[in-house]
Amino acid sequence: MEMSANVILDAKGLACPMPIVRTKQAMNNLEPGQVLEVQATDQGSTSDIKAWAESTGHQFLGTVEEGEVLKHYVRKASRHDSAETKHPHVSDNEHLEQKLAAVEKIVVLDVRESAEYAFNHIPTALNIPLGELEERANELNKEAEIYVVCRTGNRSDVASRKLTQLGFTNVTNVVPGMSQWTGKMEKL
Amino acid sequence: MTINAMTAKEVTKMVMNKAALFILDVRNEDSFRDWKIEGENFDYLNIPYFELLDGVESIVDKIPTDKEVLVVCAKEGSSIMIAEMLDEAGISASYLEGGMKVWSEHLEPVKVGDVKNGGEVYQFVRIGKGCLSYMIISDGEAAIIDATRMVDVFIDFAEEKGAKITHVLDTHLHADHISGGRKIAEKTGATYWLPPKDASEVTFDYAPLEGGNVITIGLTAINIHALYSPGHTIGSTSFIVDENYLLTGDILFIDSIGRPDLAGKAEDWVGDLRESLYTRYRELSEELIVLPAHFMIVEELNEDGSVAAKLGTLFAENHGLTITEEDEFRKIVTENLPPQPNAYQEIRETNMGKMSPDEEKQREMEIGPNRCAVR
Repeated sequence: MEMSANVILDAKGLACPMPIVRTKQAMNNLEPGQVLEVQATDQGSTSDIKAWAESTGHQFLGTVEEGEVLKHYVRKASRHDSAETKHPHVSDNEHLEQKLAAVEKIVVLDVRESAEYAFNHIPTALNIPLGELEERANELNKEAEIYVVCRTGNRSDVASRKLTQLGFTNVTNVVPGMSQWTGKMEKL
Repeated sequence: MTINAMTAKEVTKMVMNKAALFILDVRNEDSFRDWKIEGENFDYLNIPYFELLDGVESIVDKIPTDKEVLVVCAKEGSSIMIAEMLDEAGISASYLEGGMKVWSEHLEPVKVGDVKNGGEVYQFVRIGKGCLSYMIISDGEAAIIDATRMVDVFIDFAEEKGAKITHVLDTHLHADHISGGRKIAEKTGATYWLPPKDASEVTFDYAPLEGGNVITIGLTAINIHALYSPGHTIGSTSFIVDENYLLTGDILFIDSIGRPDLAGKAEDWVGDLRESLYTRYRELSEELIVLPAHFMIVEELNEDGSVAAKLGTLFAENHGLTITEEDEFRKIVTENLPPQPNAYQEIRETNMGKMSPDEEKQREMEIGPNRCAVR
């Protein structure tokens, strides 16, 4: 599967505890919201990175096995990951699920990082990470009925406002988003 | 300063001597909850090493100063790091050499008794996992029963004792650990016996072990009588050694009985299990010394570290042997089952010869506690 990480850490060949020690150091240099890819060969690193991320508040996205190499994806905790929405048009997960079930002509825009999207997303969703939205907005139709999702509703709020500024007329922010999504999902 | 390493053998002695030890287990919480070093007088603190990367100040107060302290992790790397950090903070602690990986593989030979004409019976206590294997030595020959995959321990032990391994037996097809039986037989030229009803899918040659078989060890004829006792598996077979010891496999333990569900047939096998425990065993002498293939809790260990008790004692005290109502028995052994052992299907296939995982993978498959009993 294709996904981009902001920083790649090579911890191959290192035995416990070094993969986590290096991950922690690397994380200090990331901006909030950025994604770290940790490449490791220590089998125990999978459960430890997950548990470490949970204990520190970072978001463990998942692990991909490529031969001997385990690639772990962790997103650094944002400073304000809880939703305080400002975009006026807000909807909830259930509403979006109903819309999808009715096969209405809508666009689901997922503005999380590609590595987050890769591990779980709504089957028809289009992925444009928030940081790329401005330059890629032309991929979208300005009149389309767009539902914007992220993990908790925060990034999608910023994205909704940005799209509105750019002249999009029918944009709805979905709250809380993928962290609570119970509908259909797929992986890359 | 270099940090003191404690070996699995030393920790085993502490378990058997019921010594006091404070264990700082720095694996993640799930691993600790699933499986840890058990000792009657051991105290524990579980803090994952990755929560201590910035320092151990937060736990210094929680570590007693009047007890020996052992830091434990999965493979030893993290425990060395944390023991060094404790040392810098003025607390002396050892680490477990090789971590839980080595703990899981350590075998402690304990002599359980003699057989006629100078022979001996040894129990190999796999303290970290609760598996028990046996070696019967008589007159320069040895038989091994329910061997674990650490085959060199058995081969070296027999060599030290000057005995040639002539027979290797498994009481049943194991689902909780990988058998070393076939490998020992290959390396030593011994005969490998398996109950044929458990071996219908195996991919290798074996000698069919059936009720009534008599296997002779040594010139002075120490006999192993096979007794068909299904229930844990359909082929499960017990052995009476030298008319004195009853090797029960996974049918009867000291403080519990075998579970009938690890081949997916709890409902079918519960009747067999009851028949074996409540009829066939009842016909045997109560003086027989029961030697099971597992222990579940360290309280089952005797003073000398062995796991053994008279059959008559178990008839009186083992709560699995005192359920008079058949319906209640059925309910208990089919409804109250603990989680199944880690990777038990893969372990069964490995023991059938259908899979040949490498050593690292075998280790991983066996990780975790033993779960062969209904308690």
